[in-house]
Formats: sequence, structure tokens, C-alpha cells
Amino acid sequence: MDSGHTAWMLIATALVFFMTPGLAFFYGGLVRAKNLVNTIMMSFMSIAIVSIVWVLWGYSLAFGTGNAFIGDFSHLGLSGVSFTSSEGDDIPPLLFVAFQMMFAVITPALITGAFAERFKFSTYLIFLVLWSTLVYSPITHWVWASNTLANGTEVNGWLWDLGALDFAGGTVIHINAGMAAVVAALLVGKRRNPGLQSNNVPYVVLGAAILWLGWFGFNAGSAVAANDSAANAFLVTSLAASTAALTWGVISHLKTGKMGAIGVATGAVAGLVAITPAAGAVNAMGSLAIGFGAGFICFFAVEILHKTNMDDALDVFAVHGVGGIWGAIATGIFALESITGGTKGLIEGNVEQVGIQAVGVVATLAYSGIVSLIILFILDKIPGLGLRSSESDEDIGLDLAEHGEQATVQDGAN
Amino acid sequence: MIKIEAIFRPERVNAVTDSLVAAGVTGFHYQNITGQGQQQGVEVITGRGSQTATRSAVSKTLLVTIVSNDKKDKVVDAIISSTRTGGIGDGKIFISEVSDIIRVRTGETGEEAI
Repeated sequence: MDSGHTAWMLIATALVFFMTPGLAFFYGGLVRAKNLVNTIMMSFMSIAIVSIVWVLWGYSLAFGTGNAFIGDFSHLGLSGVSFTSSEGDDIPPLLFVAFQMMFAVITPALITGAFAERFKFSTYLIFLVLWSTLVYSPITHWVWASNTLANGTEVNGWLWDLGALDFAGGTVIHINAGMAAVVAALLVGKRRNPGLQSNNVPYVVLGAAILWLGWFGFNAGSAVAANDSAANAFLVTSLAASTAALTWGVISHLKTGKMGAIGVATGAVAGLVAITPAAGAVNAMGSLAIGFGAGFICFFAVEILHKTNMDDALDVFAVHGVGGIWGAIATGIFALESITGGTKGLIEGNVEQVGIQAVGVVATLAYSGIVSLIILFILDKIPGLGLRSSESDEDIGLDLAEHGEQATVQDGAN
Repeated sequence: MIKIEAIFRPERVNAVTDSLVAAGVTGFHYQNITGQGQQQGVEVITGRGSQTATRSAVSKTLLVTIVSNDKKDKVVDAIISSTRTGGIGDGKIFISEVSDIIRVRTGETGEEAI
């Protein structure tokens, strides 16, 4: 066990943890005031529930040996995960469990933006358990699981074996959540009276800033070491966010005559999404290109998707899905051998890498789409559950209807 | 007895209350409001910065005071002198009759209760 690596990974884990509360404020600021508490609770409850699922069986399904597609039950309740580090471990095994737990927590929380302001809270809590078990853990296994059997045989996830580059989880987290968001938005249906203005712009910017900070842990921590790769990931993460925020702001200004804070904050998040798979593969110049592409593509993705019949309330697919797809493909384009430590991208002549990245994208879209659809379809049919809040709950606002609280209470009314 | 309701720019509120006190007004209340007048609202950005919409989101302050009939012109002048800038959005004053006033503590009615 190396104390330098361990110290950094403890901090990185705490940073990734803080992304989910940050997301709560990012999403909370975007909805109407009557749904602010509910929107924050959706993210917060993911911390409470998915953490427990993760240590009981989620980690085992994701990182247990199993086969190329899913882990096994060898680490149920973290059995077999040693308290003491073995020789050759950079960090304690339990720290890896905790670091990965924070990724598992934020992913379903991302989906909540799609069905914000109209989803039944009790159903959501069950959805968290099912989705993280049946969708998140398997896809994590595909990309990151690598185990060696006693006889020396390696059993890896199939996307790992294929050579797909996904440093910090562009497919596992963002494309996955983005696709589930599409399915959820379509199944739950459109809001009765969607508002056009967000209730709290400073919350949106504060939330985006917390996400940005947390992303240093997310991306630089994905080196699982305090090393050169972590330093590069840290730098390119911030640069991509800056470039995408600026790009979004400028396009917004050209189009509307004004540069709004919500647009710039959304641009930053799109840039962070896009750099996620690439953080261990591109240099600073590559990150500028990825950030620019994220700002440009995601801006128009939001516009186009608003014209469809799908009410993805907080643009989860446009930002995380489309941004994640762009990031995955762009990783194949801008990857540098000197940074990945072996894999070249398109700009170094390796055309094939773009194709490998595309396989990862399509497989994630397909699996997440189908299994999310099955989970949500069944939850909708179970008597007493169902996906949609009652019409009166939706009109009153989910803060009072589901939680018996209001975000702010005027003096005299308390 | 008349009720004077004045809508004016929020940043003028301290000037208005000072001038009302100087004009001998004994009480008033005000609140911050939004709405629209001849300007037809304001443009706000929607859709993550890709669209705009017009909303009645012009901020104003609405002040209400009840005065005796003989103070009407003095109070109206006080409000106008403390709010007029000459630009669009200076606001409006509405004047209406009040049929009675009751002071809760003493039960006094009419002008005595002002």
C-alpha cells in the first residue's frame, strides 16, 4: 500500500461523493420552486440507497470475476474484500470499493433530471435498487472489470478486452444514464404544465461548480494513483469544461443576444461529460477540441430535442447522452499513445479505435435502453406503484405532495 | 378618506417613504411586485440559453396609504416628486374612495382612525 496514492484516492472519493449533492442543486435550481425539495431528494436518496446496494451485492456484480458480461456473487456483503492491502496494491481494497461506490451513486441520480417534476417518489426508491443492480453493475463490469484466476487466466469485461478507452466512465455513467433518461422520459410522459424559467439560477451555477470540483476526483481519481496520468486528467478535465462553457455562452449570445448563466453552466457540464472517457487519453490541446465539440453539439442537441415530443425535463440525454457519445468518439479521435500508454487514436493514424469506441457506445445504448425499459415498464404496472404522480400532486407540486415541505417558507406562514 | 396606491421603481422606495413622512402621512405599507405595463414585459432566456420568451417580470414596488381628502394633492405631489425620472417605467398612481376605517386597538372609526 502506497500512502501517497491512498491519500489522493481518499480525497478523490470524497470529491466524487460531493458531485451528487452538487447535482441535486444543479437540477434543483432548474425546476420550478414547488418541486425543488423533491428534485434535491431524488439525488440525495440515491446516496442513501445505492451505497447500501453497492456493498450488499452491487460491487460483487460489477467487479466480481464472473464472465465477460457480469460479475458474480463472490463478494456479497463485501466478503472476500480484504481489510488489509496485499503486496502490490497501490491503495487499500476497501478504498477502491468506496471510490467506485460514489460512481454507482451518481449515475441513477443523473437520470432523475429526465422525469423531474412528475415522478412518483416511492416508485423511484425501488427504481434505484433495480436499476443500479441490473443496469449499472453489468455495464461497469463490461468496461472496468479485470480479474486474474488462480491459474493465471484473465477474466475481463468484454469492452475492456476489446480495447475500448473509457478512462472515467463516459459510457458506464453518462451514455448509460442518458439512454435511461430517454426511456424514462418517454414512459412517464410529458409534464402537465412545464415552466420555462428556472426557479434559482444561482443554485444551477453553484451546482455546476460543485460538479466541476467533484469531477477532479472523478477523472483524475480514475488514474487510481497520484501519478502523471492523474495530473494530465486533472488539467484536461478543467480545460474541456472551460471551453465548452465558453462555446455554449457564445452560441447562446449569437442566437438570443444575451449570455445566460444557465447556458454557460450547462455548457461546463457538457464539457465535463465529454472529457470523462478521454481524460486518460488526450492532452491539453485535445481537450480544447473536445470541449468545443461538446459545447457546440450539446447546445444544438438541446434545441433539437426540445422540438420532439419527449419531455426530458432537464436535458439529461442532450447533455449526458449526446455529450457522452461525443466524448467516447472523440476519445478515439484524439487519443495519444504517449498518454494512454499504448493505444493510438485517429490523429495518430489508428482509424480502428474510433470503431471500437463506437461499439462501446452502441452496446451501452442498447443494453441500457432495453433493460431500463423493462424495469420501468414493470414498475408502471405494479398496483400501488406506477411511474407517474397523480395530477393533483403534480399541480400542487411534489415538495408538498410527496415530502410535506416547501423549499422556502415566508415569515408568518411558518 | 382616500386610498392611494402607487406603483414605482423599487429603487425609489426610500425616497418615497421619506417624502410621505415629510408630507405628514402617518402610515403606509408596500411590497415588491412584478408585472407589466406598456413596455409589455421583459425578455427572458429559456431552454438552456437557446430561446427567449416574454414574461411579466418587470420589478416594481406597490405602496398603499390611506389619507384624509385634504391631504390628497400634497401626498400625490410627494410621490410624484420622489419617483419621476421622465423615463418609461416611472409607474402609476391609483386613487379611490375608502368607505370606513377601524383602528383595531381602540375601535375608533373614520378619519380618527387614520
